[in-house]
Amino acid sequence: MPSLMIEIIKVSKSFNNHKVLNELSLNINTGETCVIIGRSGCGKSVLLKHIVALLAPDNGKIMIDGKDLTNITPLELNSLRMKISMVFQGGALFDSMTVAENVGFGLIEHQHIKGKELLERVEESLCLVGLCGIGNLMPAELSGGMKKRVALARAICIKPEIILYDEPTTGVDPITADSINELIVTLHDKLKVTSIVVTHDMRSAYRVADRIAMMYQGKIIAEGNPGEIQRTEHPVVYQFINGLAKGPITETLEQFR
Amino acid sequence: MIRRFFVDIGRNVISFMYFLGGLTNLTFQTVYLSFTPPYNKDRVFEQSKKAGYDSLPIVSLVSLFIGFIFALQIAYFMQRIGSELYIASLVALALVRELGPVITALIVAGRVGASITAELGSMQVTEQIDALDTLGTNPIRYLVVPRFLALSLMVPLLTLYADLIGIFGSYLICVLKLGISSSLYLNITFEALLYKDLFTGMLKTVFFGMIIAIVSCYEAFNVEGGAEGVGRATTRSVVTTFIMIIAADCFFTALFYFIFP
Repeated sequence: MPSLMIEIIKVSKSFNNHKVLNELSLNINTGETCVIIGRSGCGKSVLLKHIVALLAPDNGKIMIDGKDLTNITPLELNSLRMKISMVFQGGALFDSMTVAENVGFGLIEHQHIKGKELLERVEESLCLVGLCGIGNLMPAELSGGMKKRVALARAICIKPEIILYDEPTTGVDPITADSINELIVTLHDKLKVTSIVVTHDMRSAYRVADRIAMMYQGKIIAEGNPGEIQRTEHPVVYQFINGLAKGPITETLEQFR
Repeated sequence: MIRRFFVDIGRNVISFMYFLGGLTNLTFQTVYLSFTPPYNKDRVFEQSKKAGYDSLPIVSLVSLFIGFIFALQIAYFMQRIGSELYIASLVALALVRELGPVITALIVAGRVGASITAELGSMQVTEQIDALDTLGTNPIRYLVVPRFLALSLMVPLLTLYADLIGIFGSYLICVLKLGISSSLYLNITFEALLYKDLFTGMLKTVFFGMIIAIVSCYEAFNVEGGAEGVGRATTRSVVTTFIMIIAADCFFTALFYFIFP
């Protein structure tokens, strides 16, 4: 029986009276890669931000490694955050610092690693994402795909137990996308990292997922391994994974018009 | 119609209360974090250089001109009543007590405050501030505290510098143009100035510096809606700081008037 790493229990969140998360529940086991799929703007990123405690739920609970995020001291939260990394959609690299300073940020600030060891850790992380020797560049000099990979290097540099990916393959060319997918799989296989990947790129989802969960109208409406999801009979999931313009998702939109 | 009017008023009052609450909250957190370790001297130094040293040229230029203008404007009246000698004392008092502090604070608000809002606001919309949080670094400690300390230190120092340059400007006009002797001008200037003038003038600038730092950081953290939002926040930050500096100045002037009569 695998242990639970992340438990999301009946979490609700509203912005301006618009319910983005509606009593959403989801469990993720230690070492598992869970892919959350759903349309753009359905609240997937909001869910991720709840897991790193950037946002607090209106109702419900989030447990990480047995600790309740809604009821935690700032000190505990900080040490918990050292175990969780998040890869942001646009990279979110600090543009006043070099690539190396970005990647080593967590180590410098919290583990007080300096000098040669720091450089080695930074270079190791950069090489893992296939970008050896670019430490002295500024983020502004990088292409979009490279920024994403540097962000990934920054996330793995602190050797986290959980990595959250916010659309890691959106906006990069298919080859880079595949190398990012491969990296997610490698991290999962070798380092036993627990991962949550938010995406609407189905190719990537099938490639990296142990389990796929579909989010719709603030809830998880379907869960299963990639095979089960592909064979689904749920009309909403069917429309989404096959990318059809006509179906139940767009019909509800029509009703609003 | 009437109902809508009251709804609008209510909404504005509520959002103003949120704004005040947010500012107060940020101020307390910043002050608390400023006095708890770990301290980061390097970042304070870096920000002091940006806010203080880099502002020297514009502060010099503006206060020199203010010195010229003030000497000439006062000379116009003083010549009519035949007491040119008092130009020196009037200029010194006006500059040290009022003009130096306010002009310096407004320059710094426009130059440094705007750049803080634009910089941190862009960091907010590109999720860099969230990224700081997820890397276990408190954005207030990392971004606001150094700017807060730097500004509350640099604005008084810049003010002192602006006072000197302004008096020098007026000195040039009086000595070279109006024929007052150099030693007489300096004597009258230092006779007119009391320690309390300098003290009250400098003390309020510490608060001006704090206002600039807190308001511009607060506006930056609350940016919504991409590049346009950053632009709007920057405008709002400068306008709000201007108003708050003038209001604070009014408050302090009244306060000092009664406690240091």
